[in-house]
Parts: sequence; C-alpha cells; structure tokens
Amino acid sequence: MMRERAVLAAIVVCVVAVLAALPLFAEKFYVQLFAKIMIMAILAMSLDLLLGYTGLVSFGHAAFFGAAGYALALIAPQSGPANFWTSFPLSVAASALLALAIGFLVVRTRGVYFIMVTLAFAQMLFFLFFDTKIAGGSDGIYIDVRPSARIGGWEPFSLDNFVHVYYVALGALALVYLLLRVLLRSPFGRVLAGIRVNEHRMLSLGYPTFRYKLACFVISGAIAGIAGYLSAVQFGVVNPEMLGWQLSASVMMMVILGGMGTLIGPAIGAALWMLLELGFQSLPQAGGVELGKHWQLFMGGFIVLATLLLPNGVGGAFRRLRTPDDDA
Amino acid sequence: MDLYTFLIQLLNGVQYGLLLFLVSSGLTLVFGIMGVINVAHGSFYMVGAYLAWSLAGMLDSFWLALPVGVALTVAIGLLLEVLLIRRLYGRDHLYQVLLTYGLILVFEEIRSLLWGDDVHGVRIPQVLSASIPLTETLTYPVYRLWISAVCLGVAALMVWVIQKTRFGMMIRAGSANREMVESLGIDVRLVFRAVFAAGIALAGFAGMVAAPVSTVFPGMGNQVLIVCFVVIVIGGMGSVKGAMVASLLVGLVDTFGKVVHLEIGGLKLLPELSSMTVYLLMAAVLLWKPEGLFGAKR
Repeated sequence: MMRERAVLAAIVVCVVAVLAALPLFAEKFYVQLFAKIMIMAILAMSLDLLLGYTGLVSFGHAAFFGAAGYALALIAPQSGPANFWTSFPLSVAASALLALAIGFLVVRTRGVYFIMVTLAFAQMLFFLFFDTKIAGGSDGIYIDVRPSARIGGWEPFSLDNFVHVYYVALGALALVYLLLRVLLRSPFGRVLAGIRVNEHRMLSLGYPTFRYKLACFVISGAIAGIAGYLSAVQFGVVNPEMLGWQLSASVMMMVILGGMGTLIGPAIGAALWMLLELGFQSLPQAGGVELGKHWQLFMGGFIVLATLLLPNGVGGAFRRLRTPDDDA
Repeated sequence: MDLYTFLIQLLNGVQYGLLLFLVSSGLTLVFGIMGVINVAHGSFYMVGAYLAWSLAGMLDSFWLALPVGVALTVAIGLLLEVLLIRRLYGRDHLYQVLLTYGLILVFEEIRSLLWGDDVHGVRIPQVLSASIPLTETLTYPVYRLWISAVCLGVAALMVWVIQKTRFGMMIRAGSANREMVESLGIDVRLVFRAVFAAGIALAGFAGMVAAPVSTVFPGMGNQVLIVCFVVIVIGGMGSVKGAMVASLLVGLVDTFGKVVHLEIGGLKLLPELSSMTVYLLMAAVLLWKPEGLFGAKR
C-alpha cells in the first residue's frame, strides 16, 4: 500500500513536470490541444463530484460550462477587452447561480428522474440561446478581444498568447484538483459520500441531505463554470453547442472512462476521450466514404463497447488485471 | 384570437399531444416494466420518419410504406434487444443512458450514410389531402385529424392489450414481481423482448405518420426525445395514464405558447420564449409533485 502510493505520487510528479514543460518543446497545435484537454479535465472533475462522489447522475452538466462562457460574452464590452479579474469571478458566479436555481428543482428528484430533469433543464437553456437573438442565436458570438489581466501597469499574463492560456489552464487544473481534494476529505465530503451510499441513513442521522446535495450541485456547477470561462477565452467564441447534451454526454463518458469516484481518473478520461475524438476525426477515406467525416459512428460504437466491457473505467480494468482475486 | 383560430390551435395541440403520447408511452412502458431508460428511443421516431420518406418513394404508396416500415422497426427493435438492451437489465441507469446514447450517435451516422443530411418532405396521401373549410380564409387539413384519430386508436388498442389480454397480464405481473412470474413458468425474457420491440414500433410509427406534416430532418429524434422526457417527468415514470395526460398538456402548452402574445411590463415573453414553456411547466410540476402527476409515491 505504501509502495503503491509512492509509485503513484512519482507518476503524478512526472506527468505534472511533462505538462509544465510541454510548451518548451511542443508545436502550437499540441500546446493548444493539451490546453483544451486540461480545460475538459476540469469539467470532468466537476462532474465527478456529482457522479462519483455523491451519486447524482447529472445529464445536463454542459449547462454550467456554457453559462460561464455566455456570461463572459455578455459582460465583455463591444470594443476593447473585459477585465479578467472581474469577468472571471462574475462568470463563475453566473454558473453557480444557475446551478443554485436548477439544483433547487432537480435535487428533490432521484434516480432516473434526476437524469431526465437535468437534461431537460440544460436543453431549456440551450433553446433559450438557440432560438432567440440573445448573444448571436444559433451561430453564437465571438469574443473579439480576450480579457485583459492587467493590474495597473503590470500584466502577469496575456490571454492572447496561447502559451499563457496553456499555463493558466494548467494552474486552474492544479487549483481545482487541490480544492476538491481538500473538500472531499473535509466533513462535508464525508457527508456527500454518506449520501451516495445511503441517503436515508444520513437523513436519520440528522443531516439535511437536501442542502448538502444542493451545495454540492452548486460547487460542481461553479467549477464547470471555470472550465467554460477558460474554454471561451481559449477559442474566443461561445455558441449553443457549449450547452448541448452532446457535451454533457461526452463529459459523462470521460468520467466513466477514467473511473468514477477518483480525481485523477476523470482527467485521464478527458485526455483519452479528446485524443480518441481527434483520432477518429482524422481517419482517412476508405471505399469512397470519408470515414473522418462520420467519426461519430466510431465514437458511438466505442461508447457502446466501453459501457459493456469497461464498467469501472480504464482504471478499473487496470486494477482488475493487476489483482484478479481481490476484486470481489 | 377569434374562435376559429382558437379551435384550430386546440386541434393542433391535441394532435401534437397524441403524437407525443405514442412516443412517450413506449419509453415509459420500457422503463416501467424492464427498468431500462432508453435515450435512443427518439432515434426510432427519426428512423420511422426516414423510412416513411424512403419507402413511400420506393413503393410509390404511403399506405404500403406504413406496414413495411412498422415491420422493419420491429425487426430492428428485436435485434437490438437481443444484442444489447438485455445486457442492461438490472444495471445502473448511468450505464443504460451511456450505452443508448452511443446508439443515438450510431443511428444518426447510419442515417447520414444511407439517406444523407438533407431535409425531405413526404407527400400527404391523396385520400387525406383535402382541407375542411372553416371560414372564408381558414381551413383545417384532414390529414391532421386523421393523425389524431389513428393515435387515439393505437392508444385504445394499447390499453386494451395491457388491461384485458393474457399477454397484458404477463406484462403487468412481470413488472410487479419478476421472480414470481418466472417461477409460474412464464418466460419473462420473451415478454420483455416483445415489450421493447412494441415500444420501438410505437415510436417508429409516430415518426411515420408525423412525416408528412413535420418534414423529415436530421436530429428530429432527439428533439422529440427531450420533450418526451418532459412528458414523463410531468406524468410520472411508468404510468401510461400519466403519459396520456402529460402528453396532451405538453402538446397544448407548446402549441398555444407559439401563438399567444404575452407581454409583461413591456417585456415580450410569448411567443419569443415559446420554446421554454414546456420546461417551465415541468419545473412547476417538480415543485408541486416531484414524483409526477400519476407517479408512484417513493
């Protein structure tokens, strides 16, 4: 057990070191790809707080991701940059507020209702931006000038620079990881685990589980908002797709792939998922059919096989290979 | 809004609601009986619509296309149940959602490979192509009345099968206590397979009859699926009666949301925000009765 932890810690240190040094040797394409992966990792971690730790299967997590992106787009002035130090907390607060409103309604349901209701409310938001003229309708809206992080005369980083965006994403990922780690080891985190295992028992022990679940939903939504803000900054555009259920399902798959109920797992899952997507998208033409154009076919087939064959994610499969007997 | 416009919208709302009932009742039955949440259910609505379009073109008759299309969807449903869905019985809802979501992607791409990504129209069959004149300018298409009548007929047939036949007794018993039914010598697996295929066929059939009025387009199944989720949350999961009441409610609210003009304090609410009305209805029901109007108390 001790040795296992040491090995794991060594691996984590190596990965962090490689990630920190990546922009020094990698091409622009890969720097941007890994920035995107890290942003998705933040989103996947935030969903795992609900899915893996509290047992709330949210099928509408993209809503909170997109909400922060749209908040930035609406806050940003027509010409000139928004202020990073005000627009960032405001956008995350918008996601948290939305999570509070939706959570207040959905947390009172459970099981399959929770799945359907979270999806339905996320779709409501999707249609709000898709059907109306708010923020460019179905085409989305460009954030022409990236937020500026200038404080007085000093500018710690510039979000116009793709390397800086990369390091901001890396820093955010590290902070979110540490925050969740502390949170889950706190009494609050233990209550969430208790709710997952047996909510009635927690209730009879005197814990107001509704409030705990709602708080968890809001924290998760706020962290998804961090990812959404960074994504909007990275690409300089927000569109209804950021709120769509395709994204919600993809994030769920990232969490499942990497393994639920761990913090590193969803991050690994996010990387696997994004690389897989890229791999299928760049498939060559075969027999007169452009396979790359129909990448979703392969993605769908992969999801079907993965849910049948890897119920505990890649991490679970790995563990099972190593200790075939303990897995009872 | 004058009386005739109101009447027309009322008929439209009822017709949309009945169509929703065909799709959502399959979804709710499959969940109520097998405990499986199938998010690919809406894909069969799309498959049905595309089958209606392509078969009506091939066979040169909408009336021939209907039975052939239903037979095809039943076949697809049986195949899916045997290959994949039966592996989901008793598993966590999370995995049911994910696997069937994977199926949506597969179906969308197969549709794109087979039929392309264009929007198509299906011609209303000749016999039903007339319109009933109401006033000098307003008419009502016979085809829409026919949709309502057919949906009502199918709904009545369904209730009859579930309540009055031996097979329906097996369905009801199988959902209440699976082990007991099995120990009485009834093969519940076959009952499940039949129910799943029937649910799929209902969705496919709804897509076929809707094709001439709604046009046929990519992603149409997902739109319907999410509205069906709203219907089921309002009506209560597993309840056919709830699905009926909620379908009509959603159909009417959605239809009138698009034609009523509502302004509060200069802020235009309807029809600008009409795509959100049914979700607000759902939110209200959740606050009032989290288990749905006809859902079992949990």
